[in-house]
Amino acid sequence: MTPVFPDEEIARTIPLDEIDVSKPDLYVREAAHPYFARLRKEAPVHYCRESAYGPYWSITKFSDIVAIDTNHKVFSSDVSNGSFVLDDATLNPINGGISLPNFLGMDPPKHDAHRLAVSPIVATENLNRMEPLIRQRTQKVLDELPIGETFNWVDRVSIELTTMMLATLFDFPFEDRRKLTRWSDVVTASPGTGVIDTWEQREQELRECEAYFKDLYAQRARIAPTGDLVSMLAHSPVMQELGSEEFLGTIVLLIVGGNDTTRSSMSGSALANHLFPAEFAKVKANPALINSLVPEIVRWQTPIAHMRRTAIEDIEFQGKKIRKGDKVAMWYLSGNRDEDVIDRPHDFIADRPRARHHLSFGFGIHRCLGNRLAELQIRVLWEEALKRFSQVEVVGEMVRVPSNLIHGFIDIPVRLHR
Amino acid sequence: MPKVIYITHDGAEHVVDVPVGLSAMEGAVQNAIPGIDGDCGGAAACGTCHVFVDQAWIAKAGTPGSTIEKEMLELTDNVAPNSRLSCQIKLTAELDGLVLRMPLGQH
Repeated sequence: MTPVFPDEEIARTIPLDEIDVSKPDLYVREAAHPYFARLRKEAPVHYCRESAYGPYWSITKFSDIVAIDTNHKVFSSDVSNGSFVLDDATLNPINGGISLPNFLGMDPPKHDAHRLAVSPIVATENLNRMEPLIRQRTQKVLDELPIGETFNWVDRVSIELTTMMLATLFDFPFEDRRKLTRWSDVVTASPGTGVIDTWEQREQELRECEAYFKDLYAQRARIAPTGDLVSMLAHSPVMQELGSEEFLGTIVLLIVGGNDTTRSSMSGSALANHLFPAEFAKVKANPALINSLVPEIVRWQTPIAHMRRTAIEDIEFQGKKIRKGDKVAMWYLSGNRDEDVIDRPHDFIADRPRARHHLSFGFGIHRCLGNRLAELQIRVLWEEALKRFSQVEVVGEMVRVPSNLIHGFIDIPVRLHR
Repeated sequence: MPKVIYITHDGAEHVVDVPVGLSAMEGAVQNAIPGIDGDCGGAAACGTCHVFVDQAWIAKAGTPGSTIEKEMLELTDNVAPNSRLSCQIKLTAELDGLVLRMPLGQH
């Protein structure tokens, strides 16, 4: 069954130049898809003159997104030119935000050096080493879930599994691990959306994060490398130059990148199971299909709705004149529903041919660093879940994250069937 | 059709005929050879079709061409002087017998 979205009628009739797909309300109601469908068809490179984030371009077709994402010489991620998310306040000291510079917000060559300093954590060898631990924890989390009782899948499964993983990657004190979840939520929050009340509160909580990680850093710096991310930062020659702001910026990048994203994919997979049970039955009958099920989950959910670039020179793109300084949003959530590239894009198809061909990880030099770890965690989750449950049934109203960046859930009330 | 010999990290050899004009990545993906993913579909934009060109073939197939291929290889695990993104190796008659080895994993 193909999901039906709110706002179909409004999206069809609203004047094109009044469409603003950045409104968080659209994501709370999962109502952005009809607007994206209209833009893909009628204005694939679309200029929104007024929004809460100022004027910005929307890129909504799959192939256009690849073109922008791989042209980092014109479409910069560097914090000195802007930001890599639409809302400048998320990472810059603007409108109440604080400065959180990190390598996702850098252009080469500094980007490359910083990225390479931490990338060994998610290299194949390391993932192979971590798989037994991930499996053991997943089995325990699933075994402790109640059967036939309503509970929040996001909290008990998605958050629990991804937060444990993140604690392991940092070698973070395990009993304090929900602090990571909290900081992850705080980074991408703005006042009035339920996570924080004021910008001052956000800054204060992020300073606590900084102090906590500075302690860990000092401990790891005193001992030989231990293989975790904090130790890597403490011992990497290129990371010695990190100032206080870059330290916190890098930490929060690793927290959000390693937490919110896989959390949202795991949450989305519960909804997919509810809406498309026959697709999961296919995988139960033919376990090899896990190899396409996992990327299909990541595509169908698209945990990061957009990434933004800033044009650093005038350029003509698909007949539109994008000017130096313009904000350009690549809507991965739209590109992953582009009918020209993806057949029946709103449907969840477990054995989708070429399922790996999706935009959720981005393309080019800023492509998701932890993509293979994310896939491993989701694979283990469903290998183990399919052994235990016949269905995850969504039994109540879901609550979605009010964000045009984090495409995820706060609450998915479910009941498990054996 | 040129023959391409793909050798996976554990040493298994897969010999397939790949039509002239296709890329070595497409040859692997279309023949379901494990170890090459090609997530981006051939734009040198993801780094998941990384291969090591056999020493004997370096002159003919061993040099990264485009800027993006070089940039992506710089961010890839375990790169070597003979590393290429196989989506950027277009098969020609001259490459009949090409030997490509795969890394432990694509990332």
